[in-house]
Amino acid sequence: MSNAQLVLRQARFENKAFWRNPAAAFFTFAFPLLFLIIFSTLLGGGTSPSPSGETIESTTYFIPAILSFSVVTACFTNIAISISFSRDEGVLKRLRGTPCPGWVYLAARVLHAVFVNLILVVIVVVFGQVVYGVDLPLDTLSAFLLTLVVGAASFCALGLAATCAVPNAEAAPAVVNVMVLPLLFLSGTFIPIGDSPQWIQTFAGLFPIKHFLDGMFEAILPPSDNPSGFLWSSIAVIALWGVAGLVVAIRFFRWEPSR
Amino acid sequence: MTTRAIDVKGLRKSYGNVEAVRGIDLQVEVGEVFALLGPNGAGKTTVVEILEGYRTRDSGEVRVLGSDPGSNERSFKERIGIVLQETSVDRFFTVREVIELYGGYYPNPLPVDEVIELVGLTEKREERIRRLSGGQQRRLDVALGLAGDPELLFLDEPTTGFDPSARRGAWQMIKNLQSLGKTILLTTHYMDEAQTLADRVAVIARGEIVAEGPPDALGGRDVAGTRISFVLPSGSSSPPPHVAGVFQVLGSSWTAETTDALPVLHELTGWAVDNHVELRSLQVSQPTLEDVYLALTGTRDGESDSPKDADTNSRKRARRE
Repeated sequence: MSNAQLVLRQARFENKAFWRNPAAAFFTFAFPLLFLIIFSTLLGGGTSPSPSGETIESTTYFIPAILSFSVVTACFTNIAISISFSRDEGVLKRLRGTPCPGWVYLAARVLHAVFVNLILVVIVVVFGQVVYGVDLPLDTLSAFLLTLVVGAASFCALGLAATCAVPNAEAAPAVVNVMVLPLLFLSGTFIPIGDSPQWIQTFAGLFPIKHFLDGMFEAILPPSDNPSGFLWSSIAVIALWGVAGLVVAIRFFRWEPSR
Repeated sequence: MTTRAIDVKGLRKSYGNVEAVRGIDLQVEVGEVFALLGPNGAGKTTVVEILEGYRTRDSGEVRVLGSDPGSNERSFKERIGIVLQETSVDRFFTVREVIELYGGYYPNPLPVDEVIELVGLTEKREERIRRLSGGQQRRLDVALGLAGDPELLFLDEPTTGFDPSARRGAWQMIKNLQSLGKTILLTTHYMDEAQTLADRVAVIARGEIVAEGPPDALGGRDVAGTRISFVLPSGSSSPPPHVAGVFQVLGSSWTAETTDALPVLHELTGWAVDNHVELRSLQVSQPTLEDVYLALTGTRDGESDSPKDADTNSRKRARRE
């Protein structure tokens, strides 16, 4: 069996195991949708400033915002926590004793996370269309897909890197949420930051979450001066973070639990 | 020259300034069941994990199936099976699925049903792993080690936590593997397990091999003295001096160790019958493997086998100094 076939086969098994735990699967999909409904309701009716400075309806604001949230959750948070658990349970150590190359296994886990993420994106987009009437503009579809793919890949790589900072499974949710939750707020994922102090926006701009959110806005609601919807500067920053995450993961990834 | 399954010369490994393995030589022939015995902290796990390719060594020559396990080659991993402690698999798979998954990592896996039968999980074939008992999960561990039809199988404490009948079952299973021509390196805390399964045994203590040989002859136990012991009821008279002199007396219990047991027993029992003395708990025995083991290892409490613990201990020691 070639390595590529091994990756696909492993990913199929991961997928099978995922659906065998219906409660976990259900909430993986329900969570972002729940946030979409909550924030749209809380801030609904009003308007919000988009990252490019335009004034848009708040219900519209939360489609790209919650989309970016779901990618961060499904890729970064999910990978970082579940791989930390697999490491503590000895799944990774056992795998290292077989001929299966470690990267094949991790690639399969990433592939499965991306697959789950795609389902999530479809759910949020369809929900946004049906309930809030936000269309996915077909002429910027390529910008949307590229931003999505670069974002998903980079957040997966960063998720693998984050496991290096997680001492054990019990600490995983806390450590990972500390990394991600403040940035989600500061980047405007839940509350628009258009009117907030400049230093917050500058600070958030150092990290990939804000750039991913901006890229999603640009692709879904392209401003008149950039009809293609590609926000290249942000895509580049996200990709750079992804490469950095991959380098850290390759250098520091641990296969065995620390005791 | 035929290649040995395992050939180790002068193996050394330190964690920090703690020498966990201090120059070990070890040879295991193809088709042999070899047991590594030793208290926690003796360096057993470190040795085995070096042989499996999990850890690097500081110095020494190591050949496993003719390869250097430290190079972590895929072709090497394809020929060995590893059954570790404290490893798990996704609990939402069924027994059949997970054996199929692991078998797929190897070029020539055993048929899944054959593996399931070998470990005696046929009735649990379609059961989810999370619903298996502890003993059944341990058998599944062995199944996953076997899935790739390895030439050499590492079994790290395969029956720890088993009830006695499950243990007999596991032993039968390991004997079946041996009859298939597999080489097995076993670590265990149970002397009866080593006695029953192993062709040869090595006892490791404080990072060194202190004895090696067939279980029946380990530490010279086949030529060691016979042990005679009994309890003398209070108020009864003592045996005649030429008999009593052989024994050590501790309270009312008498023990002797002698290479010439028959005359001593003859005199002792003759005297007891003549004088109507009841020799309670009279026993005549050879030293057990456990006696030899305890004598060899001088087992202390509070030792541990995990390298991290050795590390912690060295740090504690460093702080104290």
